[in-house]
Amino acid sequence: MAKPAHKDLIASPAEVEQDYRDMLFLRHFEEKCNAAYRAGKVGGYLHVYIGMEPLAVGWLGCIKKGYDRVIAPYRIHGHALTLGSDPVKVMAEIMGRAAGLSHGKGGSMHLYDVEKGFYGGWGIVGGHTPIAAGLAFADKYRNEDRITLCYLGDGAANAGVFFETLNMVGLWDLPIIFLIENNLFAMGTRIEYHAADTELWKRGVPFGIHSERVDGMDVFQVKRDAQRIIDRVRRQQKPALVEVMTYRFAGHGAADNDQSLYRTPKEVEEARRRDPIALIEGFIREHNLMTQEKMEAIDAEIVERVEDIYHQADALPFPEPGEVYEHVYTDMLPEEGH
Amino acid sequence: MAATIYRDALRQCLIEEMERDDDVFLIGEDIGRYQGTFRVTAGLFDQFGERRVVDTPITEPAIVGLANGAAMAGLRPVVEMMTMSFSILALDQIINHAAKIHYMTGGEIKVPIVIRGPGGAANQLSAQHSQSLEGWYAHCPGLKVVAPATPACAYGLLRSAIRDDNPVIFTENPGLYGLKGEIPDDKDFTIPFGSARIAREGKDVTLIAYSRMVHVCLAAAQTLAGEGVEAEVVDVRSLLPLDTETILASVRKTHRAVVVYEDWRSGAFGAEIAARVGELCFDDLDAPVGRVGGLNVPMPYTRPLELLCIPNDHDVVDAVHRLN
Ligand SMILES: Cc1ncc(C[n+]2csc(CCOP(=O)(O)OP(=O)(O)O)c2C)c(N)n1
Repeated sequence: MAKPAHKDLIASPAEVEQDYRDMLFLRHFEEKCNAAYRAGKVGGYLHVYIGMEPLAVGWLGCIKKGYDRVIAPYRIHGHALTLGSDPVKVMAEIMGRAAGLSHGKGGSMHLYDVEKGFYGGWGIVGGHTPIAAGLAFADKYRNEDRITLCYLGDGAANAGVFFETLNMVGLWDLPIIFLIENNLFAMGTRIEYHAADTELWKRGVPFGIHSERVDGMDVFQVKRDAQRIIDRVRRQQKPALVEVMTYRFAGHGAADNDQSLYRTPKEVEEARRRDPIALIEGFIREHNLMTQEKMEAIDAEIVERVEDIYHQADALPFPEPGEVYEHVYTDMLPEEGH
Repeated sequence: MAATIYRDALRQCLIEEMERDDDVFLIGEDIGRYQGTFRVTAGLFDQFGERRVVDTPITEPAIVGLANGAAMAGLRPVVEMMTMSFSILALDQIINHAAKIHYMTGGEIKVPIVIRGPGGAANQLSAQHSQSLEGWYAHCPGLKVVAPATPACAYGLLRSAIRDDNPVIFTENPGLYGLKGEIPDDKDFTIPFGSARIAREGKDVTLIAYSRMVHVCLAAAQTLAGEGVEAEVVDVRSLLPLDTETILASVRKTHRAVVVYEDWRSGAFGAEIAARVGELCFDDLDAPVGRVGGLNVPMPYTRPLELLCIPNDHDVVDAVHRLN
């Protein structure tokens, strides 16, 4: 794994502040989602991105937003928000409202915003990986220099269909990056119990795919790696596979309330030392980029913004009963009734 | 008899069968160290160890394929699908392989596997996690398919499934795991496949259902009783083989029938039941056979629309009213 290289960072204070704000926004948004779930305002499955913020903020900061294509599994609020989806519509979807990104039909796991290049939002582990290849196939077919960025979990990296997909994208040189979000857990199963070789980056190697393992906690390092790999894929029009090392601080989903079954408090505490928010705050302090008061003011401002988003979303209506039949087909309604 | 809940009835049966027969083993995602998503396998990893409670990667086609092979070699795998919607990934192994092997080998090879897990909607799990697929499997010769509604039925049918030499699809329902009931103190208690159960006696109309919809029918029967209509509720519990006789006997008594199922209304297994009643009981019927099914849409996330999709007791009462 490449070493964090703060010292040679060439980022303006404005950029640092923006990254800080963006990550903090995701953090507070997710915490609000968890609170809304506990308050009974959100149902079903809710998977938050706490601890994984640089994977969205860093990587998506390096693509051509709105041009390149992004597809991800179900832990995806951070992807939609970072790509520029209206946060009220994101929250409204999570709360099942008609004005949500998916009109209340998808929920937390099924956010889509094609205008922003975001193709969701998938609940079947591994199922979206060949779909990602299809997006890249379309761009190659039309001779456009878009790239597709496909996120997947470490657990998803075991799905047979993922290996089949890697073979195809290697065979046909599709312009795609598979980004394995290695947060060490697939639900309650630790990686050492689910993967024969826990170095998941190697999975691209047999297919002739450029493959590497990179850090996912230090947003500046993440951005450097992301830019390098994204440029390479765009230039060479060939696939890449990146294993990004991260950690899931939250439970698998909001209903995962016995985490002692798969990790110790000590492990979490150790991982906390590399909490992406703590890292960037440390960096800001170390370089005297902001006063403590300013950081606190930013935090308070973002908390307030998230509250406002939540209240706006909560004021929106649920779908009308008749909408249940809409969108089954593009051009007809299904047979109605029980 | 001992008081228990549905989940623990399944669990107890698994324990007893594993104690009885070393060839019985469990395999699935998060069933061991994590104790099972719905805790059906809670404690079993500690009790039996990783040889017999096998945590797998997320790879349903290979899990079922491996179970098929292990069964061909004489073991008796019980596969947990975290939800039945994920069994779609394993359809090739279930339908192209498990269901065909005994026949294709002219009876030379047996595939005694059980595939169990929750089918149907829970609470806002959206389109990819809420499907009722038992009708797909019950369409398929070579499989046996059951869908118990009570702890006792779950207890007895799971034992029959594990001891059966054929592939069995065992559908639970997320809404049933906490259901209370009693089970017999009998480590050999089995319920034969192809035997339906009268869940409530009545003389005016027959409500035919399986799994959670049995309870919806029982609630509807309460309401109907208040109107002076005595509904008989037939709990089919085994779809393939199907106990057509018990269903027909009830309809011959009541002269009216409504089939109730959570699956999409169109083309579901309930339609097969309705067809049989129409075919075999035509002269006994005072009205066409009624049907209540789920709306013909992928399951929406938002609660108000989800509730519209899943049949409830009011829908059943309405359907009974429409018969007249
Ligand atoms: C085909 C399939 N099998 C099982 C599941 C249930 N499931 C949902 S998420 C998950 C774990 C996935 O872990 P990983 O890919 O590492 O992603 P993470 O949740 O860590 O982000 C499982 C087993 C599913 N959704 N789809």
